[in-house]
Amino acid sequence: MAGIELLSDQGYRLDGRKATELRKVQARLGVFAQADGSAYLEQGNTKVLAVVYGPHEMRGSRSRTLHDRAVINCQYSMATFSTAERKRRPHGDRKSTEMSLHLKQTFEAAVMTQLFPRSQIDIYVKILQSDGGNYSVCVNAATLAVIDAGIPMRDYVCACTVGFVDETPLADLCYAEESGGVSSLALALLPRGGQIALVQMDARLHQDHLEALIEAATTACKGVSKVLDEVVRQHLQEASVLTGE
Amino acid sequence: MLKSKTFVKKTRSGGVMKVVREHYLRDDIWCGSETCTECKQDSPVLQKDVCVESNLCSYPHYLVPDTNVVLHQIDVLENPVIRNVIILQTVLQEVRHRSAPVHKRLKDIIHEKEKHFYTFTNEHHRETFIERQPGESANDRNDRAIRVAVKWYSKHLKTLESGPDGLKVVLLTNDLGNKQKAEENGMVAFKFEEYIKSLLANPELVDLLALSNDDKVTAFTDRNFIHILVLFPEHLPLSRIQVGIKSGSYLQGTFRASRDNYLEATVFVQGDGEDSTEVLIQGLQNLNRAVHQDVVAVQLLPRNQWLAPSSVVLQDDGVAKDDDVEEDEEEKVLSAAEAARKPTGKVVGIIKRNWRPFCGMLNVSQIKESTRHLFTPADRRVPRIRIETRQASTLAGQRIMVAIDGWPKNSRYPNGHFVRSLGGAGEKETEQEVLLLEHDVPHQAFSQAVLSFLPKMPWAITPEDMAKREDLRHLTVCSVDPPGCTDIDDALHCRELENGNFEVGVHIADVSHFIRPGNALDKEAANRGTTVYLCGKRIDMVPELLSSNLCSLRSNVERLAFSCIWEINHKAEILKTRFTKSVINSKASLTYAEAQMRIDDTNKTDDITQSLRGLNKLAKILKRQRIENGALTLSSLEVRFHMDSETHDPIDLQTKELMETNSMVEEFMLLANISVAQKIYDEFSECALLRKHPAPPPSNYDVLIKAAKSKNVEIHVDSAKALADSLDGAKVESFSYFNTLLRILATRCMMQAVYFCSGMDSDFHHYGLASPIYTHFTSPIRRYSDIIVHRLLAVAIGADSTYPDLMDKHKQSALCNNLNYRHKMAQYAQRASVTFHTQLFFKSRGMLNEEGFVLFVRKNAIIVLIPKFGLEGTVFFDTKDKVSPSLVYDEEGPTLKVEQHTFHIFDRVKVTIGLDDSNIQHQKIRMALTEPSKPTDGLNMKINTTAREKVL
Repeated sequence: MAGIELLSDQGYRLDGRKATELRKVQARLGVFAQADGSAYLEQGNTKVLAVVYGPHEMRGSRSRTLHDRAVINCQYSMATFSTAERKRRPHGDRKSTEMSLHLKQTFEAAVMTQLFPRSQIDIYVKILQSDGGNYSVCVNAATLAVIDAGIPMRDYVCACTVGFVDETPLADLCYAEESGGVSSLALALLPRGGQIALVQMDARLHQDHLEALIEAATTACKGVSKVLDEVVRQHLQEASVLTGE
Repeated sequence: MLKSKTFVKKTRSGGVMKVVREHYLRDDIWCGSETCTECKQDSPVLQKDVCVESNLCSYPHYLVPDTNVVLHQIDVLENPVIRNVIILQTVLQEVRHRSAPVHKRLKDIIHEKEKHFYTFTNEHHRETFIERQPGESANDRNDRAIRVAVKWYSKHLKTLESGPDGLKVVLLTNDLGNKQKAEENGMVAFKFEEYIKSLLANPELVDLLALSNDDKVTAFTDRNFIHILVLFPEHLPLSRIQVGIKSGSYLQGTFRASRDNYLEATVFVQGDGEDSTEVLIQGLQNLNRAVHQDVVAVQLLPRNQWLAPSSVVLQDDGVAKDDDVEEDEEEKVLSAAEAARKPTGKVVGIIKRNWRPFCGMLNVSQIKESTRHLFTPADRRVPRIRIETRQASTLAGQRIMVAIDGWPKNSRYPNGHFVRSLGGAGEKETEQEVLLLEHDVPHQAFSQAVLSFLPKMPWAITPEDMAKREDLRHLTVCSVDPPGCTDIDDALHCRELENGNFEVGVHIADVSHFIRPGNALDKEAANRGTTVYLCGKRIDMVPELLSSNLCSLRSNVERLAFSCIWEINHKAEILKTRFTKSVINSKASLTYAEAQMRIDDTNKTDDITQSLRGLNKLAKILKRQRIENGALTLSSLEVRFHMDSETHDPIDLQTKELMETNSMVEEFMLLANISVAQKIYDEFSECALLRKHPAPPPSNYDVLIKAAKSKNVEIHVDSAKALADSLDGAKVESFSYFNTLLRILATRCMMQAVYFCSGMDSDFHHYGLASPIYTHFTSPIRRYSDIIVHRLLAVAIGADSTYPDLMDKHKQSALCNNLNYRHKMAQYAQRASVTFHTQLFFKSRGMLNEEGFVLFVRKNAIIVLIPKFGLEGTVFFDTKDKVSPSLVYDEEGPTLKVEQHTFHIFDRVKVTIGLDDSNIQHQKIRMALTEPSKPTDGLNMKINTTAREKVL
């Protein structure tokens, strides 16, 4: 068999989307009562749970305390059942450490940490099912969880993974596309101001195409932000109905 | 734009992995019909008025073929008559999995605007997607998907009020079950054959039909159904072959049929590294339906059954007896000497068929009404093919193309179908087509996809281009080419600088500016590899707009160029080299003769002439230096035909003459190539595309040394320099042509120069030019290698961006292999074309007496060169059915003693030359000896009566 065709001549991708279309996003805020904030987010078949504790006093080594702002602590993990083959993933393997670090950097750029000096904010994300774009989906879910926790942020942080196939940027890659030899790029954006919180790319891509790719990623992130905004407003409405306001 | 409404999960389990994929269904996929007002499509593909005259469906209709129809009947679908076809995504995907070549052809059809083929993405359409039901096989599911789509279309088109009297959709399938179910559901379905036969206006389509499976059995066995003979052993299934190959009981190799004996073949088994073996296969049963170039699995026979290759020439002549097996041809095994025996085996299975459409001629069946005929391919190694056609009388005497459909085990010959006619045999157009096809030269017109990447006319140099390039329009640049050349890819200039040195520039057409990496145009050019020049015809590598216009450095127009500019002093030493993309305006396009005249005419003192004189002077010094370094001057006779301007028939034949200006241009091209090679290798040591010419092994020179010795001349071959010097010194009194002959012989000793990727090889030396490094830079219009070199150089000087494939040495190496193959085939095609024109020439001339020289002496023949025509031919002294004259061959000389006369190399002989057209498919030039007068009378008679002589 001659590989899979990622983009057909008619402009459809493997799963029937067009190049710029996102997967279906569904999300819920406040899924756990005990945590300060939590969110569940599905982006196609990638499903993520994000939980936020804090801001609270520094725990563990106090030496890490920052006197002008809060410390953000991120932990990323994947459920053993999240991929096609069951795999035990102990904490602290290289991949999740790296992912944790990226999340930390992303949220340090977005959360207004200077409001909470000498304290700590914990963000835990767990991939329940993985189907491509893990980093981006985690960022989107964590944003909702942070909002649910009521921690002030400069803006939503929205992320999206884009790839480059046949001179065309594809938005929001699924696993089949990610593994199909596409150079992919993950971008986290503060959509209103257009500031970039994080860009990450491991693959080779010609410099000339980078601009087009970032452009596509920005558009996709803005799309995501619209959906997240809707979810938050919806949640707020439900909450206000419950409290009788 | 609507987003997905619903989605379902599609689970595909293959092996142990469970794959879960999303599958979005959409409601924004349009039907593609012009009549439709519901769908919001911008440019509908399917036409409103469909007029195909069919007596099955009198109403206008669109066609929907199923997968098997596409796979087997692509020849018919390609016919311009078939239009307005809906290709379902299901079908396209299945075709893609099953056959890459057919998929490519189908895609090409879809791209063609006039064909009105529309791809309907039914798998993502909300109403036509279906899930596989429990217990349903994948094939059944796909068939059902096709039916559902057809159903949807018929409903969709029916609801249209604007629709003219019932536009319908017709399903074409050869699957009876499928057809039945479709009809039960109220759809219109036909068998493909039925439908094609119903097209009243186009009966010729029927012959394009490939035989479908159920037909094959009935068509060819009904006559002798009483004894369905099984002629061949069953082929093993692939799984058992693979097990066998792993365990070593079978060998895998390429099947090569013998040219002379249709019952014999060898299978070339590639071993690890260098050791590869050949397995001999003899006898129809053992050959077991393998066709030349197939990849087969063979089983070795026990050692006591090993055979020696037979030396008999056997041609399959069974015309009348098509279906009978002839027992007598089974085996004429000769009790061969023990020593000559070779590993012998039999074919047990076919791993990969390598069938392509074959060119050849029809042997019309002797029964007048018969529709079954045998087809004889031009390539003797391919078996004859049985085809069915109703136009045998028209096709007789024409060159036709036939594709093999299959070879059932009860059939003596493979079954095939007629693809197309190339024209009358012996006609120039037809023969040209045949030789292109047989040499695998891609020569179809460029597809729409390729043409779409051409610049839009009117084209002009934009200010952006201008800003990035150096403006060299003020220089007195001119080009020097052969007469009639329209693809001018190089131009030169030379001027004196204030410091007394010369500035010399070589300006090469900037083809890489127009052909961007990775697009269809680039891929097509990479595949073609080179422009092929035949006598009177050119098969372009890039579309004509580029080759003869935008890239061609014609005079007095502004053109983009890639320039290589040196500062050279009066001793022709290079002081400075620089490369730049530029814009030039050539002041004159000259022919070699015109340029020569300007140089020689002392009255002329204009800029162009001055420039030419400067170049000429430097070129002479460069050439002398090169020869001192040991570059070889070789010789081969090239002929040029003078064509009649009306009929384009050759009216005269002349060997090409070389002028000083030829060598002037050549010298600067070599210089540019070497400079560029050095530059790109310095910059990209891993992935530079270079050209090397390996030194030949010393044994190659044996013939040359022996030949020279017979005239008491010594040739040293220790190095290129030694060889060049001894060739220069080789002269014999009263035999002025001796030196040329010797150089022709030396040329034959050489190896083929090849392209390679610098990261994959360590030996870069170019033997013939005595240069440590070399590449091709100067002809990007006609060679793809030069385009790659241009891109590398452009990246090296920062004028262009790079792309991944350019830097991938494995990809580049694969590209080199293709280029080497295309160059080789192009050379063969060129030679074949010269041969054919020589034949045409002799056809109009009748017999000619000419003087020639003996070039080689063989065991039973001498090879004679006629300098006047650059023609080479063999004179045989033994014949198939006559008693040969006594022949004594002496290997030392080498000499051949025929009766009383002894032939030496370089002997002067006289021969008559004429055309032998007794076999219209294999015409040849026949040569017969007239002086030294016939060793025997008998011999001469034989030469005149039999056609055993000579091929060019």
